[in-house]
Amino acid sequence: MIDCVENRLLTSRRGVLLGGASFAAWAYLPKFARAADGRDPRLIVVILRGALDGLSTVAPLGDPDYAGLHGSIALTADGAHPAIMLDSFFALHPSMPEFARMYRDRHAAVIHAVATPYRDRSHFDGQDVLESGYAGPGRVQSGWLNRALEALPRGERVSSGLAVGPTTPLVLRGNAPTVGWAPVALPQADDDTAMRLVDLYRHRDPALATALSQGLQLDKVASGDDMKPKGGNQVAQMRQVARGAAKLMAADDGPRIAALAFDGWDTHANEGGPVGRLAFLLGGLDGALAEFESGLGERWGDTIVVVATEFGRTARINGTDGTDHGTGTIALLAGGAVKGGRVISDWPGLKLANLFESRDLKPTTDLRSVIKGVLQDQFGLSDRVLAETVFPDSASARPMKGLVA
Amino acid sequence: MARDSQAALVALNRFGFGARGGASGDLINAASDPRGFVKAELARADGVLLEAPGLQSTPQLGQAVFAYQDQVKQAREAAAKAGTPPEASPPQAPNDQKPALRRNLSLNTAASEIAGQMADAKPAEAPAKPETMQPSAAAPPAAKPAPQPLNVIQKTFRAEALARLQRATLVECGFTERLVVFWSNHFCISASKGELARIWAGAFEREAIRPHVLGRFADMLKAVEQHPAMLFFLDNQQSLGPDSRAGQNRKRGLNENLAREIMELHTLGVGGGYTQEDVTSLARIITGWTFAGRQGQLGTPGSFVFNTNAHQPGPQMLLGKTYEPTGLAQGEAALADIARHPSTANFIATKFVRHFVADDPPPALVARLRDVFVRTDGDLKAFATALVDSDEAWKAPLTKMRSPYDFLVASGRLLARVPEDPGAYLNSLNLLGQPLWSPAGPNGFPDTSAAWAAPEGMKLRLDIAAQLGARLGNNIDPLDLLEFAAADAASIETRRTIERAESRQQALALLLMSPEMQRR
Repeated sequence: MIDCVENRLLTSRRGVLLGGASFAAWAYLPKFARAADGRDPRLIVVILRGALDGLSTVAPLGDPDYAGLHGSIALTADGAHPAIMLDSFFALHPSMPEFARMYRDRHAAVIHAVATPYRDRSHFDGQDVLESGYAGPGRVQSGWLNRALEALPRGERVSSGLAVGPTTPLVLRGNAPTVGWAPVALPQADDDTAMRLVDLYRHRDPALATALSQGLQLDKVASGDDMKPKGGNQVAQMRQVARGAAKLMAADDGPRIAALAFDGWDTHANEGGPVGRLAFLLGGLDGALAEFESGLGERWGDTIVVVATEFGRTARINGTDGTDHGTGTIALLAGGAVKGGRVISDWPGLKLANLFESRDLKPTTDLRSVIKGVLQDQFGLSDRVLAETVFPDSASARPMKGLVA
Repeated sequence: MARDSQAALVALNRFGFGARGGASGDLINAASDPRGFVKAELARADGVLLEAPGLQSTPQLGQAVFAYQDQVKQAREAAAKAGTPPEASPPQAPNDQKPALRRNLSLNTAASEIAGQMADAKPAEAPAKPETMQPSAAAPPAAKPAPQPLNVIQKTFRAEALARLQRATLVECGFTERLVVFWSNHFCISASKGELARIWAGAFEREAIRPHVLGRFADMLKAVEQHPAMLFFLDNQQSLGPDSRAGQNRKRGLNENLAREIMELHTLGVGGGYTQEDVTSLARIITGWTFAGRQGQLGTPGSFVFNTNAHQPGPQMLLGKTYEPTGLAQGEAALADIARHPSTANFIATKFVRHFVADDPPPALVARLRDVFVRTDGDLKAFATALVDSDEAWKAPLTKMRSPYDFLVASGRLLARVPEDPGAYLNSLNLLGQPLWSPAGPNGFPDTSAAWAAPEGMKLRLDIAAQLGARLGNNIDPLDLLEFAAADAASIETRRTIERAESRQQALALLLMSPEMQRR
């Protein structure tokens, strides 16, 4: 049975690396990068697609209803794999020791009972809302991070970019030019062939000309043996993606703002508790955060990583030791620029009457407030730009203050 | 016999898999009667089924997995007793890239293999110059390490993939195969779910999709939702009616995964008029829809069965209608009604037109197809015919981007190479983000041009085209191929770019990457 589960993870991880994960970055440095005051902020947005079970990642052990609802997969403060206490109420999943260390060092924070404004339960619409920044799903073709970039003063072009997988995630799609890179290498077409093709596209198909030119530029930088996939297990590969990204972002002329997506969090069945499927995935995420930290080196002090997901999962486990689509969940912040060591939450409680539609953790914090707070403190975006352009119609979700140290 | 190369491009590229090279005459045939060329395939009712020696049924394949898993377990137990590592190889993730990685080849080597395998494929009816062709059965290079033997799951997956690729390469227009790919992606499973899903992926398409591609939507829906591969993919075999005997005994209950995706992705679509209550209700209705396990208590191992013991008793209210407790028939009645729901007609028509015609589907055409769907009670042959008969489908510019699968198949057809080994295609599909039968989620692969024309994707396509050019360019006149692919519908710029290429190799790469080959 365990083999079966691991096999599934290994093969689906292949999907994540080559198809299901996307990593892309802004093609320019912000104007204030390398400014005289030495402030050079970096932002990495990590989207977990499939809906992360927030109650299993940061468990409210102090809530009397938690253990009953989460049943066979609930975390506990003792036993063979005890959860890591973050304060007297919340405890972190034991497969995230790196995040726990950052939290102790006050470089990581948790926001709990958080959600986007989306209140239905379709992954794809939920991801649309999460990434587009609009209040409802729709066929919007730009993401909030891209619109935030448009509001930033544009400096020099980056000499490198990165994208894992052949597509740009919606959160970074839009008018602001982006660059990408995938950690796979084919014997490459020579420059002359590429230039002839770009020329043909310029005359006949401008959209393909743009796409191919970008693809060609990006690929030049991202090299180095340690960035090629070496197989191995899922956790190692997740780390490897982050390592490659961090290497590019640490460079003086490398990108400052990037987005990454990991698939596979849709744990309907056999989710597992302290060990098991979700534990495995969380271990991969934890490793990726550690890679960002070490790869960015002294730049980690200016960095914030935001980890978010489209919605949470049911408070009560379902009939198959998993959880179905829900509402409230968590967001994670990590990085030297985070004012961390805190679980920020207006805890709604898990009594039946307090659950959203009697089934989900009720969201008490708007995820947009968290992201707006980060964007404002990290890049100086105004309330107005945030409320009208980046997250349209979001004036009521005010930027959360004091997230950045 | 008016010659209309532009309409021939629409016939071959929008509806089919592109012109075949060699002596096929596809472009000329399509030009003389574009609509007739496309519709001819729909008249061959058995042309949609896929039978090849060695392809097995779902129960047979399920039993093969059970036997394989038993073997592995026994080997492991024996080894544990003896205190040595097991002889039999452990169950590997049957990842077609993995053997290369495991052998610790550099990626560059692996990638040359990709193009190499594709280049070594057997020339079809090509006007071959035998003395310059690479021998298709040449001995592998001596330096290659011995490959790991494939297990039954990997072997089956590759055999299924090969049969599908060969069919796509050989058929005349490819409209029927394009319909198969469309419906297979609409009702997708993912082979990455586990060993059963991987071994069943091809059989699922052969058994649940193909027989109904020119049949009725309701029949396809029922065949899909009762197929063991779908039940496994979306966890329904684990879902128990909370008040059923099994639910009571085992203290387990509902899993609403399949029920939700039936309504959201397979039929009504988001906003199609269902609520969370309906999702839960449908989940209850289809409890007991499962497949028999290795012990075979419920039926032939690996076959669909209705397990009364797991079925939630009692009537259920779904979309405003009460379904009496009639066992299996309760769910079948519910699916039949959902298939006829107006939201379903609208959702399917929109998605279908988006796939074949434009990212922003022309509303009038969508409305017409929706009406055909409703009027014919979901007759998919009439539905497809209505698309071919429409004016919009012939007038809309060819702006859709070929998916990686379309691109690779179209290239293979133009080069007149029938694959003998699916490895090159499978690896290329992995690289380009469309691993065969393995989308990241139950919504399948994306279907918009933006998704497939991303910078990294274009760069990787060019690298693959350059590899093919390097391997095959010697033996091919690229201008001949351009005649096969587009003739006078090719743009002056494309023709000039190919004429002026510094080598045949380069010319071939540029041809494969030209807008005429990338757009459909």
